[in-house]
Amino acid sequence: MKILMLGWELPPHNSGGLGVACYQLCKALSKKDVDIEFILPYHAPFEGDFMTVTAAHPQGPRALLVNASAYDSYKYVYPDGREEWVDIFGQQHAYESAVAQLATEKEFDIIHAHDWLTFRAALRAKQARDVPLVLHVHSIERDRAGGNDGNPLVREIEATSMQLADKVIAVSQLTKDAIVADYDIPADKIEVLHNSIDHQVFSDLLAVDPENTYHYLSHMKARGYHVVANVGRLTIQKGLTNLLRAAKEVIYREPKTLFLISGSGDQYFELIELAAELGIAKNVIFTGFQRGKAWRDSFAIADLFVMPSVSEPFGITPLESIGFGTPTLISKQSGVAEILHSTLRVDFWDVQAMANQITAVVQNSSLRDELQANAAKELINMSWDSAADKLFTIYDHHLQKAMA
Amino acid sequence: MSKSIVLYLHVHQPYRVRNYTIFDAGVQHNYFDTAYDDPTNNERIIRKVAEKSYLPTNQHLLALLNKHPEFKLSLSITGTVLEQFEKWAPDVLKSFQDLVATGRVEILAETYHHSLAFFYSRSEFETQVEMHRSKIEALFGQTPKVFRNTELAYNNDLAVWADEHGYKGILAEGWDKLLDWRSANFVYKPVNTKNIKLLLKNYKLSDDIAFRFGDQSWSEWPLTADKYAHWLNETADATNFNLFMDYETFGEHQWSESGIFKFLAELPSQWLKTDGNNFMTVSEACEAYDSKDNIDAPETVTWADTERDLSAWLGNNMQSSAITALYDIQDLIIGSQDLSLIEDWRRLQTSDHFYYMCTKWFNDGDIHAYFSPYENPYDAFIAYMNTYHDLKFRLSEKGLAV
Repeated sequence: MKILMLGWELPPHNSGGLGVACYQLCKALSKKDVDIEFILPYHAPFEGDFMTVTAAHPQGPRALLVNASAYDSYKYVYPDGREEWVDIFGQQHAYESAVAQLATEKEFDIIHAHDWLTFRAALRAKQARDVPLVLHVHSIERDRAGGNDGNPLVREIEATSMQLADKVIAVSQLTKDAIVADYDIPADKIEVLHNSIDHQVFSDLLAVDPENTYHYLSHMKARGYHVVANVGRLTIQKGLTNLLRAAKEVIYREPKTLFLISGSGDQYFELIELAAELGIAKNVIFTGFQRGKAWRDSFAIADLFVMPSVSEPFGITPLESIGFGTPTLISKQSGVAEILHSTLRVDFWDVQAMANQITAVVQNSSLRDELQANAAKELINMSWDSAADKLFTIYDHHLQKAMA
Repeated sequence: MSKSIVLYLHVHQPYRVRNYTIFDAGVQHNYFDTAYDDPTNNERIIRKVAEKSYLPTNQHLLALLNKHPEFKLSLSITGTVLEQFEKWAPDVLKSFQDLVATGRVEILAETYHHSLAFFYSRSEFETQVEMHRSKIEALFGQTPKVFRNTELAYNNDLAVWADEHGYKGILAEGWDKLLDWRSANFVYKPVNTKNIKLLLKNYKLSDDIAFRFGDQSWSEWPLTADKYAHWLNETADATNFNLFMDYETFGEHQWSESGIFKFLAELPSQWLKTDGNNFMTVSEACEAYDSKDNIDAPETVTWADTERDLSAWLGNNMQSSAITALYDIQDLIIGSQDLSLIEDWRRLQTSDHFYYMCTKWFNDGDIHAYFSPYENPYDAFIAYMNTYHDLKFRLSEKGLAV
């Protein structure tokens, strides 16, 4: 079975969880009788032999991550605060034309496309070859716009593509419900396929130098401080303004609490100003975007990881946190809440409840340890293999149907 | 009746904080050292300003002092810039010493670290003024007699303090709210003081040189020394024209190509052509002229921006968080008796750090952006707060705080 896989990013040139999910899913899928050709909108060497990675056109990954991140709705804010309406549609069209051409040259049985930026390209490929089309929805425009409608042009692409697709895959029940509500797609056309976690990530990174990169935080922890972390993009979708408001309440009760905010995004400046405005600038540390060991250590240094997202179709970071030894508090408005049980939960808007739960973990190491021990047990049983099994069945069903 | 130009130039450079990250905190304490080509490298900036401004300007000033026995001026030179001259530009230090050796250059008192300590800690403020006095005595053999506070930040309390500490005079912005109907071109007395005199900057005449000189869209452009002296001569009701500005006006803010050096070279002869005109240092002006009136400054006035207040340094929450955090650990820092820790803490008090965090005109990319080595005020804040965390780390290693 040959799959033409259309995606916007793969590690290491990913800006978030989308690239990781695509990579892990393909890796698990490749263990079956499946050949995958993954078409990226940029050229970069791919390390791995489980699929073929092809560049749609010759630009480097940097041009894309800077100009058209798969997550940002349509506005790009430069580090110096300048804003620009980026040509993400230009990027999308370039990809679409390139894929339309490639589709006439390649051999494949099924098209599988990830998120809206690749959906028009997927339709062109289907038009060229009339094979089953599977659209994989990692987030919809409403998620990225933090609960607002977002960009109408993007909504139109999402709506039309999903209507024309043979199958829609949602990364959570939450996302499935949102697709039904926003786009009137019949529920029986949508399959929920939860993301998972690859334990290789932890074993690889835990093998390197165990000493934590945050020397200062380690030092302060040894002197009675606690660390609460968030790792992720600093965008409205992630709900970090509520976390800072909760932080103020926590610090009032437990002054020796430090908040580590690791990531970058268009709310960067706003969050720094908010921390100062709330009078907690001394306790909030902004690190910018981190990779590798420093990324691992942002989780590992913490007593508690908080994912306060306003809207999180799945949300892989809590699983990563547990893998690095830190228990979690997650917003109920997240897909991962459907599969992770040993975690604290809160409505993203409930600042008081958030503060209450963070304070409880800071004050009680027994709560922290119990949460983590149980979450770690859950994590061990997670793998991408069951997602790959389910996906293979979907492919097979549509192939049979197409041949019939 | 005689009329005097009181020319006063302010010389200062901070120790800029490098891009100091949370990963550096607790590991290395070199906040002010970085690669030579980094935008925050202090040595490179000192050398650049030395070539563009300090060396050529001092050459002109020395020539004027030699040519005109009547020519005089006053300077304020911060401790942080003097240290950097000693390390990286001894030729510049020598050129300032040559000026002072003529006996017609007066140096003012101020805080060693160009800080806003007066508004946060009286004891720290007094220590820094004392440090500055001994540095000036050691390098120039002169004891300052007139006080200027950082950014000319001035209020009644400061005047009372300076009066009680024996200063002859103090400087402030000749801001309309202080002067009301009065003119900056006289000597005044601060309210509630006994002996001290107040010299107020004539901001219109000062800014004609400091800000507008090279502006070709200005109706008075090009400004010549002849025209400028004529303006002063035409101003009948006046005793002293207080021309206060950043030293770096000459060659750095106004580039050599603007003709600023020619203006400087010609101003004394144009001014001295008229009988009765002279130059005075700040002390001489305080002694020569009686106070015209009392000046009341219940609120702090500075020489910056259209607001003339401290908002460029303390106006936003990042700025006030940062400076409050710093002064909150004063007792622990001083108590540590660790001289390098205390000195790092003092260098972090320099007002420039807070100026770099100013967001008032961030989007306009104006003068504030020009003077900042950081890409934006947020980067400046983050690097600064990480140094604060490292100070806390160093205190806790000594068992002084957690």
